[in-house]
Amino acid sequence: MSYPTDRKYTKQHEWIQANGSTATIGITDHAQEALGDIVFVELPKVGAELVAGKPLGTVESVKAVSDIYAPASGTVTEVNGELASSPEAVNKDAHSSWMVKLTLKNPGEVDTLLSAADYEKYVAEEGGH
Amino acid sequence: MSAVETTAPTVRKTALNAVHRQMGAKMVDFNGWDMPVEYPASIGCGIINEHMAVRTSVGIFDVSHMGDIRLAGPQALAAVQHISMNDASRLAVGQAQYSALLYPQGTFVDDVIVHRLGEDEYLLVINAGTREKDFNWVRDNTRQFDCAVENLSDDFTQIAIQGPKGVNTLQKLTDADLSAVKFYWITRGTVCGLKNILIARTGYTAEDGFEIYIPADEATSAQVWNEILSAGKEFNLVPCGLGARNTLRLEGKMPLYGHEISDTINVWEAGLDRFCKMEKPEFIGRAALEKAKAAGVKRTLLGLEMTERGIARDGYKVLDSGGREIGYVTSGSPAPFLKKNIALAYVPPEFGAVGTSVKVEIRGQGVGAQVVPTPFYKRPKKKP
Repeated sequence: MSYPTDRKYTKQHEWIQANGSTATIGITDHAQEALGDIVFVELPKVGAELVAGKPLGTVESVKAVSDIYAPASGTVTEVNGELASSPEAVNKDAHSSWMVKLTLKNPGEVDTLLSAADYEKYVAEEGGH
Repeated sequence: MSAVETTAPTVRKTALNAVHRQMGAKMVDFNGWDMPVEYPASIGCGIINEHMAVRTSVGIFDVSHMGDIRLAGPQALAAVQHISMNDASRLAVGQAQYSALLYPQGTFVDDVIVHRLGEDEYLLVINAGTREKDFNWVRDNTRQFDCAVENLSDDFTQIAIQGPKGVNTLQKLTDADLSAVKFYWITRGTVCGLKNILIARTGYTAEDGFEIYIPADEATSAQVWNEILSAGKEFNLVPCGLGARNTLRLEGKMPLYGHEISDTINVWEAGLDRFCKMEKPEFIGRAALEKAKAAGVKRTLLGLEMTERGIARDGYKVLDSGGREIGYVTSGSPAPFLKKNIALAYVPPEFGAVGTSVKVEIRGQGVGAQVVPTPFYKRPKKKP
């Protein structure tokens, strides 16, 4: 898998695409593949304060509950309501299935995250696919 | 995302382990066994597809991790009657029954399928996680009977072929007339060229299906597995892992040891009355069960369906509509065929009426659920 270079990644398998002071968050293809069929996504409400590194919601497969961690701090401005009725969309295309949009608290924070190349390397080393 | 599981170094493997890994299965440590939890989406699998395949057509499972204990000898029946709560004297040769081994307190050592293989020969098929405990229990509690007790657990590769097209698939591979084998009966026949193979019309999926017991060497096991995959192609047969095994048995309200049944839960609480023959004058646990029946159950196992958004999972608390803790979930999961989120739970009997509203505590919040009839799923009756 070649990861899109238009965004940054975390070791917890989230991606974040920043555009100035706004950003969009989702989970990576590696994450959806590791989870298997996704049946439930729980996301924060608009206005919620996200703290980098802290859970922002959960994604559930048939077998397990997994936390989604905020790649950066900020305030939630939009939430993808489609995932409530179609959580399987994340399996189909994780990189197009955005979960949360936010206004970044510290726009520079995103630059410290992993590049696509670094994330690919990290996944390969972790014993990933 | 939270952590990914890894398997412990001293884990046990079935003879088909390399086959599962070669097929790209996601592996998990299940009670010390390295087992497939699901097969890849790239071959049409994944828990949901595997579950649906069993409900609509056919799927196969490697269940070799289960254990096998044979009791044979002039007093084999007496031995079985002493340790098993169901009435094995009702079994004709070639017939099987669901039962349980109980402790003197009337709680569960394990659940079991008792097969009568011959005049004085019985096979108990037991859970993977309780292999050693069960064997020791059976051996230690039947010493007074003229009966040999053998642990055959490592002798068999056990493959379950489950679903409405299971019979069609297996029939292509055997000379045994499967149409003559009723549900919960067994036969022997040549399977994939192997002679005298035990074929049982049993399973843990709430569907029609068979379980075959073949020699446990890797080459034979792989050959048979692959022949079944080929024979099943026309029925869209898929390999299935423990993930689907769990969702299938849950829809059918079939107990799982350590969840619905355990050494602290008795037969009445678990609702397994119909498999417990109190008219038998003696069996381990009978006296305690009689007392317990007179005292009345303090908790009962019932089925829940989520009415608000959320998935109830194993161990989650059950609350009454006022938010007070009343019990706990033994097994909870999305149900792929029913397309609902279901659970089994222990609560006091006063909450047992179908339609009762309760809540399940999910990450600190009470989420609405209601009591529903069980089993959640029953396979359709075959048209005559």
